[in-house]
Amino acid sequence: MTDATHGTAEPAEPRRRKASLYASDAHTRRRNAAEKRFRAYGIAAIAIGLFFLLVLLVTIVRNGTPAFTQTFVTIEVALPADKLDKSGNRDIEEMKKVSTFGYAPLVDDALAEALAQAGIETPFANAKDLRQIVSASVAAQVRDAVLADPALVGTSHEFRLLAASRVDGYMKGRVTRESVARDKNISAEHLDIVDQMIAAGLVERRFNPGFVFGADASESRPESAGIGVSMLGSFFMMLVVLALALPIGVAASIYLEEFATQNRFTDLIEVNISNLAAVPSIVFGILGLAVFIQFAHLPSSAPIVGGLVLTLMTLPTIIISTRASLKAVPPSIREAALGVGASKMQTVFHHVLPLAMPGILTGTIIGLAQALGETAPLLLIGMVGFIASNAPASFADGFLAPNSAMPAQIYEWAKRADPAYYERAWGGIIILLVFLMVMNIIAIILRRRFERRW
Amino acid sequence: MKDNMEGRKLVDQMDVKFQTRDVQVYYGDTHAIKDVNVDILDKTVTAFIGPSGCGKSTFLRSLNRMNDTIPIARVEGKILLDGEDIYDPKVDPVQLRAKVGMVFQKPNPFPKSIYDNIAYGPRIHGLARNKAELDDIVEHSLRRGALWDEVKDRLQEPGTGLSGGQQQRLCIARAVATEPEVLLMDEPCSALDPIATAQVEELIDELKQNFSVVIVTHSMQQAARVSQKTAFFHLGNLVEYGDTDQIFTNPVDPRTESYITGRIG
Repeated sequence: MTDATHGTAEPAEPRRRKASLYASDAHTRRRNAAEKRFRAYGIAAIAIGLFFLLVLLVTIVRNGTPAFTQTFVTIEVALPADKLDKSGNRDIEEMKKVSTFGYAPLVDDALAEALAQAGIETPFANAKDLRQIVSASVAAQVRDAVLADPALVGTSHEFRLLAASRVDGYMKGRVTRESVARDKNISAEHLDIVDQMIAAGLVERRFNPGFVFGADASESRPESAGIGVSMLGSFFMMLVVLALALPIGVAASIYLEEFATQNRFTDLIEVNISNLAAVPSIVFGILGLAVFIQFAHLPSSAPIVGGLVLTLMTLPTIIISTRASLKAVPPSIREAALGVGASKMQTVFHHVLPLAMPGILTGTIIGLAQALGETAPLLLIGMVGFIASNAPASFADGFLAPNSAMPAQIYEWAKRADPAYYERAWGGIIILLVFLMVMNIIAIILRRRFERRW
Repeated sequence: MKDNMEGRKLVDQMDVKFQTRDVQVYYGDTHAIKDVNVDILDKTVTAFIGPSGCGKSTFLRSLNRMNDTIPIARVEGKILLDGEDIYDPKVDPVQLRAKVGMVFQKPNPFPKSIYDNIAYGPRIHGLARNKAELDDIVEHSLRRGALWDEVKDRLQEPGTGLSGGQQQRLCIARAVATEPEVLLMDEPCSALDPIATAQVEELIDELKQNFSVVIVTHSMQQAARVSQKTAFFHLGNLVEYGDTDQIFTNPVDPRTESYITGRIG
């Protein structure tokens, strides 16, 4: 390259000057080519990123959406008074003595009756063998309905009962006739009946609010498992994180950024806060186990403990982002306030903090979103597993009663053997992502709203 | 230094606002201001001139303890305001800054309304008992800042929406709203166009009827136009201090003459 220009040093200069503007020289062409190449790399990098994002989204949506629908069997169940209320005076306490074992045969008979009415032939002599079509939870469902409304006793009532998870899987294509051959829970004959029930309109697949609002279920009843209760667990944890991490984090950052004198001690604190942000979350988990549960004797598996652990984890994030946004406030504003005789604290609270607010809020919400998706520390403090079968009874219970959290629930489902749970794990991930997206949108809106030019 | 002492003797002691004695300012190990002795008069515009980095802004900022905000800055010697040492441990810098207002190089209105910009100082110092009094202060201050006629119909609009010159006059109005005795101005026109500069200079001339004004400037013409007293700083030393006419027409120190005639600086 240098040879070309310097080899014939004397004539090179004038020749270059004479060259037409319309013809680009070799050097310019090379520069332009390099720029084009760089642009191509950039576009390729973005395209690859978008491709993976698309694959991820499509996979999540494809695998997760079936979890939001469930197969239901709609049949008329006869509720004979002689079996459900022997005394005949509709006394709730008396009626509670009939357990779900008393209700199960009623559902079996109802199924047999419904099949007979629809003209569907069954190869089973015993009505009890039909039981595998519906969920194991249906007897409890019927019992709950009867106890809630004793007037139903002695009548026939139409129930929409959860189908067994194998039937649901058959509807969704997860269970096939080949897999049924090796399955003890259901047989090909049952599937034949289901096929005819679909034709007769007795079996249908529809949106399942139980998945969004319900509680987790035991390993054998994936069809009745929901994420709602662990959603409440996450909610109460986030309340704890917000109530602790925001004030502590903002106070710490304001002190460090605006008041503390720069010395070795504050340098040390600064370095440690940055390091804390990089500590793996599971370390916070075991810290929480040791300090909050074993030392302070807080109840294990409780959202308050989870919230405390996540607070520790979120604090560095909030402190770092708050300090960054305080630093971004131009010093001229501080000088202006000090110049008219405002005290240090008035300067900070009247002028600096309002200007830093959008950054602080964004940092806090991103910290919360991080905490919302955190799983590892929850495993160590026992917020995972089949923990809560009911929503917390009171506000205090929300903090203190054992519960799980959304990501831990998803992990738990993914861990279970039944493929029906695998589907629910994907569905749970959709819900979690929706929450994160909503939080990020709130962060953007707040930033836009509070942003002020200076 | 000799001339400086002579100049001081000429001054009527009653009119002196600031008296500084052997003031040293250090930034860490850097000795930024050396042995500055100066008497700043009341109801007078005093200009600090000198080449960049000569310490004139540093010295200005030590007059209302704005240097306190810089951790490595250290001030020695005595600075007396009306005979009271402003670096006395008993002095609260907040109270001092209410008495010694400041206007900065770059207009820095608060990102609030024009009204709130002016009202902020009086509010935190409790100068107004009610809304009507505060309104009066705001109007009075904006009039003093020669801005009232331009903004009286849009007091609730943000101060940051004004033009550069208007913003600077807003900052001056904000500084006078707290009823200071001294007004420090750190190159108040360096970010303004000539027309805005002329307006601010005119304003400075009016302000000297009520305040002692100290202005740091890079423009010798400006110093000559607005000031009655001029101090020339060079490499941290106060080289010469005296009547502006004398400094510009008949400087005693050769360094002053070199600077004024454009040979150093």
